[in-house]
Amino acid sequence: MHSELLISQADRRPMYLQIMEQIRHRIAVGDWQPGRELPSIRALAVAVQVSVITVKRAYLELERDGVIVTRQGKGSFVADSADLSTQLRLNELDEHLSAAADIGRQLGLTADEIGLRLFEAAKKTEKTRDEK
Amino acid sequence: MTEPVIELEGVEKSYRFFQLSDVRLRLDAGQIMGFVGPNGAGKSTTIRILMAMIGQDRGTVRVLGHPLPREQAAAKRHIGFVSEDMRLYGPATLAWHIRFVASIYPGWDAAYASALLHRFNLHPEQAIKLLSHGERVKATLLLALARRPRLLVLDEPTTGLDPVARHEVLAELMDVVRDERRAILFSSHNTQDIEQISDQITFIDRGRIIDSSDKETFLDRWRRLHLDVPPGVTPPAPDGVIETTASGRIAVVTTKAYTPELDGVYERAGVTVREVQRMTLEEIFVANVMSNRREKVT
Repeated sequence: MHSELLISQADRRPMYLQIMEQIRHRIAVGDWQPGRELPSIRALAVAVQVSVITVKRAYLELERDGVIVTRQGKGSFVADSADLSTQLRLNELDEHLSAAADIGRQLGLTADEIGLRLFEAAKKTEKTRDEK
Repeated sequence: MTEPVIELEGVEKSYRFFQLSDVRLRLDAGQIMGFVGPNGAGKSTTIRILMAMIGQDRGTVRVLGHPLPREQAAAKRHIGFVSEDMRLYGPATLAWHIRFVASIYPGWDAAYASALLHRFNLHPEQAIKLLSHGERVKATLLLALARRPRLLVLDEPTTGLDPVARHEVLAELMDVVRDERRAILFSSHNTQDIEQISDQITFIDRGRIIDSSDKETFLDRWRRLHLDVPPGVTPPAPDGVIETTASGRIAVVTTKAYTPELDGVYERAGVTVREVQRMTLEEIFVANVMSNRREKVT
């Protein structure tokens, strides 16, 4: 049931972040509903062939972010929050934006210039949407 | 339950041209430890000591609660050991080896052995001498795995395996620690395998343990910073920085103690942090060994 998580070695992001993101994504698109029990840390580690400590870290950080809750001796569950999936998609958006901002910074752009470019991009998608 | 599976304390062993100094090692149940070092660093010597194949000159060795070499028979009942230079009996078949090992160890799991034969694509009636290198490695691993020992000690288990076989072997190793009472220590040159499945990582070089920690800490703390340094400014050297290389206005810093606050330290000194990169375990390993050797010289 969780074998669809896949860790890529070509991905420069650490493995725990890849696991977090894939779990977040499953929750965001509604495949994993609030209250759903997550696989145990050990079971997921065996399934994706990644060390127990890495999966443990992914679960701890997801818990800290309020995405999952862990009940002692019962397991981990998708958090019961009504607007969780919207929140997660916003988080995803923020991650993409900070990646874009990093590139801008490497190109020597100022925060205002990066902001302007984002504004223009947003305008462009608005326009193409109106034309449809 | 909290007793470590492996515990080495102040272990020393001297040879004419090689010395193992103050080796300490601890592996808890439910964990996989990757043991990494260059050729001749002392990996195999350490492994032979914790298998009681050779005795230490000094220091204590406890494996599964048994002091070694004194109680080695009791310990070895629950240890599966596979090393590169292990030889099976060439003219005999794999089935013959399976019957032989099963007759010695009461814990032999025949059903698991058949499953492994199938998964590893091995033919029990084939003579060992007709197997390829990869098949021989898998056959030796099968003989250790199907005993379901509490501790597996594997010296270079994935060396010489093709990518598919490596994948199969790593899957079986992960399956072992599904059981929280079991543990694996494996040495490898392949830092990619170690990075993927190890919980703990220990680096050894020139007979000394140079670093040992959980994998997440290693991958988190070791970073490379790319800096833009204006003319006339000398970049500070905060704690944890092990190397700074500069050319023109660009400097690259390697640190083993990264925290986001470090960016501020540089920015306040007038240096721009252009990029903070993570490092692979291989990069960490090489940087660690090189910096350790430099320290020795100075």
